[in-house]
Amino acid sequence: MRKYLLILSLFCLPFFVFSQKINLITIDQLNDRINKGKDTTYVINFWATWCVPCIKEMPAFEKFEQNFKAEKIKVLLISVNFKSELNNSVLPFIKSKNLKSEIFLLDEKDPQEYINRIDSSWSGAIPSTLFIKNEKHIFFEKDLTYDDLLKEYTSIK
Amino acid sequence: MKKYFSILLSCFALSLQAQVTTITPGKIAPDIKLKNINDKVVSFADYPSAKGFIVVFTCNTCPYSRRYEQRIIELNNKYSALGFPVIAVNPNDPQSSPGDSFDEMKKHAASNKFTFPYLYDEGQLITTAYGAKNTPHVFVISKTARGNIVEYTGAIDNDAENTDAAKTKYVEDAISALLNSSKPAITVTKAIGCRISWKKTQ
Repeated sequence: MRKYLLILSLFCLPFFVFSQKINLITIDQLNDRINKGKDTTYVINFWATWCVPCIKEMPAFEKFEQNFKAEKIKVLLISVNFKSELNNSVLPFIKSKNLKSEIFLLDEKDPQEYINRIDSSWSGAIPSTLFIKNEKHIFFEKDLTYDDLLKEYTSIK
Repeated sequence: MKKYFSILLSCFALSLQAQVTTITPGKIAPDIKLKNINDKVVSFADYPSAKGFIVVFTCNTCPYSRRYEQRIIELNNKYSALGFPVIAVNPNDPQSSPGDSFDEMKKHAASNKFTFPYLYDEGQLITTAYGAKNTPHVFVISKTARGNIVEYTGAIDNDAENTDAAKTKYVEDAISALLNSSKPAITVTKAIGCRISWKKTQ
């Protein structure tokens, strides 16, 4: 019996190791989430699997969230990959990176519409990052380092 | 000393980026004189019978450009006969984006059967003059008594993924208006895509 359990757990192991999930999110759902999380600082990063500078800055976001676990801070990594790329690109990517932050795929159709709802100054290029705390809103259309994250977090919190 | 130098460099990089402002509809379209993939120089003057142009800043490497490639070919096939040919310009610096070198452009245009010129913007001066931001970034231009005028700038349509049959086709709508001797209803949209790879300042 124990032997079977062992075999079973071996089979299950990969599912525990690669437990990173991805959910779809609309701008409405994102806004709901932010409104519910009063006093939390949200650091919302827009990225895609094909965007080299996005992948390069990802570890800084991960490290930042881990280092400030005790504070009210939440990193959301929102992929703007096409929905048709979910199974072939996005899921394999997040499994291979074993990311700790919450990951989403943006569930919107018309970029002309959703981009302005994130920030009217956004050209739509990535990486871009939005800091939100209550009424405060700071948007960056550029790559960010760990030090940048620290600086902006200090200024908004 | 090294520290001050790097601060200076980052200031320079910032000021370079800040200089790029997208040219607005109503303004004169800067003249283009660039080397095509067949090594011949192409300019607006090569098209004496054109009514205008569809200038598209696009590249080999950006997934959005690739998504739009067939649509750019279709635009040229449909509108060059009506007086609005496509002129494509690769805005990316080949050191920053090796996949966008002149040699790679030649290969890419051949394998994807481009039906229009694909020009190499050495030094990124034309990209800067138009203020192209991302790839693909389109400028619809009309020839007028005043010169070549920018009539529309932005995206090709509002559906990069190309899954919505009811998409708004900004470029087609703009040219239809111009062909009817009127002005486009929408003159500016955001050119969703990949940030242009600028030459590194060192």
